[in-house]
Amino acid sequence: MSYRTRIALKVLVWGVCLAPLAPLVYRAWTDDLGANPISFVTNTLGDWTLRILLASLAMTPLRIVFGLSWPIALRRLLGLFAFAYVCLHFSVWIVLDFFFDWPRMWADIVKRPYITIGMLGLTALIPLAATSTTGMIRRLGARNWTRLHRLAYLAGVCGVLHYIWLAKVGVRDPYWYAAVLALLLGVRAWAWGRRAVRRRSAVAATSAPAGS
Amino acid sequence: MLIRRAPRFTAGEITDPKVYLSRRELMAGAAALALMPLPGEAATPKGQPLSATRNAAFSLTEPATKIDHATTYNNFYEFGVNKDDPSRLAHTLRPRPWTVQVDGLVHKPKTFDIDELIRLFPLEERVYSLRCVEAWSMVIPWIGFPLASLLKRVEPTGQAKFVEFTTLLDPAQFPAQKPGFFGYSSLDWPYVEGLRLDEALHPLTLLTVGMYGQVLPNQNGAPVRMVVPWKYGFKSAKSIVRIRLVTEQPKTSWEKAASNEYGFYSNVNPAVSHPRWSQADERRIGEFRRRATLPFNGYADQVASLYTGMDLKKFY
Repeated sequence: MSYRTRIALKVLVWGVCLAPLAPLVYRAWTDDLGANPISFVTNTLGDWTLRILLASLAMTPLRIVFGLSWPIALRRLLGLFAFAYVCLHFSVWIVLDFFFDWPRMWADIVKRPYITIGMLGLTALIPLAATSTTGMIRRLGARNWTRLHRLAYLAGVCGVLHYIWLAKVGVRDPYWYAAVLALLLGVRAWAWGRRAVRRRSAVAATSAPAGS
Repeated sequence: MLIRRAPRFTAGEITDPKVYLSRRELMAGAAALALMPLPGEAATPKGQPLSATRNAAFSLTEPATKIDHATTYNNFYEFGVNKDDPSRLAHTLRPRPWTVQVDGLVHKPKTFDIDELIRLFPLEERVYSLRCVEAWSMVIPWIGFPLASLLKRVEPTGQAKFVEFTTLLDPAQFPAQKPGFFGYSSLDWPYVEGLRLDEALHPLTLLTVGMYGQVLPNQNGAPVRMVVPWKYGFKSAKSIVRIRLVTEQPKTSWEKAASNEYGFYSNVNPAVSHPRWSQADERRIGEFRRRATLPFNGYADQVASLYTGMDLKKFY
């Protein structure tokens, strides 16, 4: 992929990921966030966190299934945008929703499973954001870095569970996210399985002559 | 050589003054039409006015929630699970003609036409706090009369212990009552709610036909709904077609959907958490900071005695 295509793709990702903030800011400015603005902003930011996180988790499956290489160049950027959105989502919860009422928030983190799992997902993303630079990849070594960044799967699972557990009876949207996540993880599981089978048959092929 | 020119116009082409004058009227009419709000476009429903005298003894002194908020932020699952579904889709509901069947364990069962029902007793305006189970609240000036007046008229028998309220079942008017993918439905229709007879007879319990000086908007449960201010909002059934007096505790829609989350009593109680969130505080719509939730939504003085000796943690 040429340098120019890569830049163009990245500009596109920046545009798409920043776009959801524009209507939020505009509606906040014009006092048009509805009857429960805090809940509306929290939910919107949460929705986009999950969408962008799932988009970042979709890049590797795109390579596996379609043999494309360009999605990998966007993975880190998407991951960082997911982190940025979850930070905004969390900040709204702290500042606007509970206005720094730490004991009350802590009680919820400990007692409410959907908040516990949400916090776990957010925490899982922190080391990923911290080690996202090229320098950190070099320092950790590609192998360790890859292992560490499997935490993204945990964050995805936590995010979807957070949504499923907080949604009231009758709300089906979280299950669409769950289906997409299951598909994305399924593709990886299938690829791992296939690789393991190949490795085993390769081992069998090399050891067979020695045994006979 | 005579050059014949075609006439510039024939007599028949001359516009009759009556026509072009009427065109002016048409334009004026169109302009007036353009100035008129389109149905469904305006956020504030311009409902029919409904007059009632304020009952100060049963009214909060706090300012009412903005009518725009009270009519666009609703839980009414018959239209959908999202807060904006009712205001977007409620035009499909036809609140006239409408009848309410009052029967079961009563001496004088009767089916009331809605307009007859509205005229049956003097209408009162009461400003109540509405606390949703989702930890938000509003202050709403309702218009109605005590349910007790209606119940006394039909004369419950000695066996009547509970009152069951049933909402209209009609997928043509309530889009979310149509089964979705794989026969999916958010609740088991029709919506059924219930009260103990003494709760139903309590003077705070209001059979409601209006709000904000207007006839009840569709999205708020037209043409007739319950308002039971010391209980979570879902206990107040909307668009009621039947009120039935029974011996057994009714099985409510929300109990069927999730009995561990939505009990039969569902009195507002800051000490009993919803399994997934705290009920200790609430966001009053229009306010920034959360405020503490009061036992029985602030109506403890009037209603706590109904539950003397009951473990309200068990009967949530």
